[in-house]
Amino acid sequence: MENKIYDYLLTLGDNSLILGHRLSELCGHGPSLETDIALTNISLDLYGQVRNFFQYASELSGEDASEDSVAFLRTEREYKNSWLVEQPNEDFAHVICRQFLFDSFHMPLMKQLCSSSDERIAAIAEKSIKESLYHERFSSEWMKRLGGGTEVSNQKLQSALNHLYLFINEFFQETPLDKEMKENGIGADLEAIKEVYFQNVNTLLKEAELTIPETNWRQTDGKQGFHSEHLGFILAELQYMQRTYPNSEW
Amino acid sequence: MSTIVEIMTKKEWPIWEVFIRSKNGLEHRHAGSLHAADAEMALENARDVYTRRQEGVSLWVVESKHIVASNPSENGEMFEPAADKAYRHPTFYVLPDELKHM
Repeated sequence: MENKIYDYLLTLGDNSLILGHRLSELCGHGPSLETDIALTNISLDLYGQVRNFFQYASELSGEDASEDSVAFLRTEREYKNSWLVEQPNEDFAHVICRQFLFDSFHMPLMKQLCSSSDERIAAIAEKSIKESLYHERFSSEWMKRLGGGTEVSNQKLQSALNHLYLFINEFFQETPLDKEMKENGIGADLEAIKEVYFQNVNTLLKEAELTIPETNWRQTDGKQGFHSEHLGFILAELQYMQRTYPNSEW
Repeated sequence: MSTIVEIMTKKEWPIWEVFIRSKNGLEHRHAGSLHAADAEMALENARDVYTRRQEGVSLWVVESKHIVASNPSENGEMFEPAADKAYRHPTFYVLPDELKHM
């Protein structure tokens, strides 16, 4: 059972880890000083959540695991994040759209996990909620402004949406592990989140004057460890220090 | 009120002044300024830029152009006349010893 909770914690933490890394790439490169700091804040919030999940995971895995070894020393197939969060920054529209599609999932997920029968998971979710609520507000407000802004900003956001929308169904594909965790009261009920998700997302997309793309889901299995070509590059950068100088601290 | 289209079309976002009330503070104090496309975004930017280290429990933002400022070249007539009016300071009263914390 402990092994399964460990795996489930990776499912919960890896999305935030990889998205947090993508956002950290923008540090010092944001389109304006204000958005630069905002995106970096979000990145740090996500890393904070990851640390909580991975500290717990490292305790469960025993041996000499630490939050760092869980985050940095796995191979590509052992990461369980969704394809959405791996997608490159491309432009500000992609960054905002990816964030919005993620936040809209992350928020109800954390809400559900507050009543997890696993007290540690419930406590981490409880702590994350306020942060996630702000992330959702930030990305939604930007969606409305880019969508309802100029012809160019609308066009760029629409093309980001057309690309990223293909990946969102993956959040709700229930793996055997998801199913087991749901049934024993530890994990979330993805089907219930899905309903809220599409309701909220589609309402906002309309408000942002965007066209909801034709749903041609990409077959993606991030939760099972199968990733797009982008994750390898992310891990190369993310893991370089730990692999080159094992156990280094600062 | 400008529409989003009008605001987003301008190359530069307007400047906003940020005021923060700290946890124990009674009044909002000027913290700095920032750029934002509209009022709501100004508030969010202020939160992200100026309250990362628990600086406040309340935020005000106001577009800088709405602040009316005194002109430095008029400092003479504006402020200097107060310099030699010592009697305006309440320093000539003898306070009873029982009075603490004054």
